[in-house]
Amino acid sequence: MSEQFHDDPLKVAEGWMSEGRKVAVATVVETWGSAPRPVGSHLVIDQDSNFEGSVSGGCVEGAVIADALEVIDSGEPKMLEFGVADETAWRVGLSCGGRIRVYVERVG
Amino acid sequence: MMDPLSLKKLNAARAARRAIALVSDLGDGRDRIVEEGNQVAGDLGAALEKAFRTGKSGVIEAEGREFFVNIHLPPPRLVVIGAVHISQAMAPMAKLAGYDIEIMDPRTAFATPERFEGVQLDAEWPEEVLKARPLDAYCALCAVTHDPKIDDYPLKAALEAKCFYVGALGSRKTHGKRVERLLAEGVPQGAIDRIAAPIGLDIGASSPAEIAVAVLAQVIQAFRKREIATRMAAV
Repeated sequence: MSEQFHDDPLKVAEGWMSEGRKVAVATVVETWGSAPRPVGSHLVIDQDSNFEGSVSGGCVEGAVIADALEVIDSGEPKMLEFGVADETAWRVGLSCGGRIRVYVERVG
Repeated sequence: MMDPLSLKKLNAARAARRAIALVSDLGDGRDRIVEEGNQVAGDLGAALEKAFRTGKSGVIEAEGREFFVNIHLPPPRLVVIGAVHISQAMAPMAKLAGYDIEIMDPRTAFATPERFEGVQLDAEWPEEVLKARPLDAYCALCAVTHDPKIDDYPLKAALEAKCFYVGALGSRKTHGKRVERLLAEGVPQGAIDRIAAPIGLDIGASSPAEIAVAVLAQVIQAFRKREIATRMAAV
């Protein structure tokens, strides 16, 4: 249960905010099957596509970052869903066969 | 939208080892911070109490709305006073069960790195170590040296810090004498009653490794069944 605080996504997000960067937080809110990262996991993104953390261990991060940039622009939160049954599975599916819901919101 | 202040509060509580939840309304995107002990009414309050106890984050339905509750519990620390055979057996077991274990014993003959490879070990008086790294509600303390000079101070400190588990090795007779000493030092009877003694679940444990299993099981039980402050604060 140890936590790595130095590269902790939420600490990174707070640091970015204090530098005046625009930041979005993506959070795994539900998982089905063998999802690679547990509920509550975070990926944080800034307006220049810098990111820290993980919501899937690499399978869908690219897609989440693209949506996060839109969320940073609009301020409107988004709920994303990924899984093998998804029609975009070839591009951004979870190879493990799991399914996840990811909530993306802007900070501030 | 996440309130920047919520993010700050969340990180501050986590750094200070306080249990905290970020509750996001998935309908309107608003969030709020709830600390363990804050009063929350209705179904949401009940769901939060459960989440604080289990440490499990998740989506919940309450008041006709959908919320995501992200629970952040401090990683529980298991502090063992005494670098004895029981603690040697406990160290790998505790790690497997997800506990950060640390062992303190001022007797340098016992507290050697060879006997406790890869374990946080302090060959110092608990009084000194605990000044630098104080106990809190997310710590369990097991005193297993049999020596009042070593065990008594950390036992008192653990009761004061409201550690979720406080256990002490020794027969009923040994514990009877311990209770007398603690009472004489002004520790309230109600606090002393929280000490698990004889230590460990009663599984008839005999060897040091078996005692370690019994103690660790009792620690896990104390953690998973602990009183949640939200319930006590509820109207």
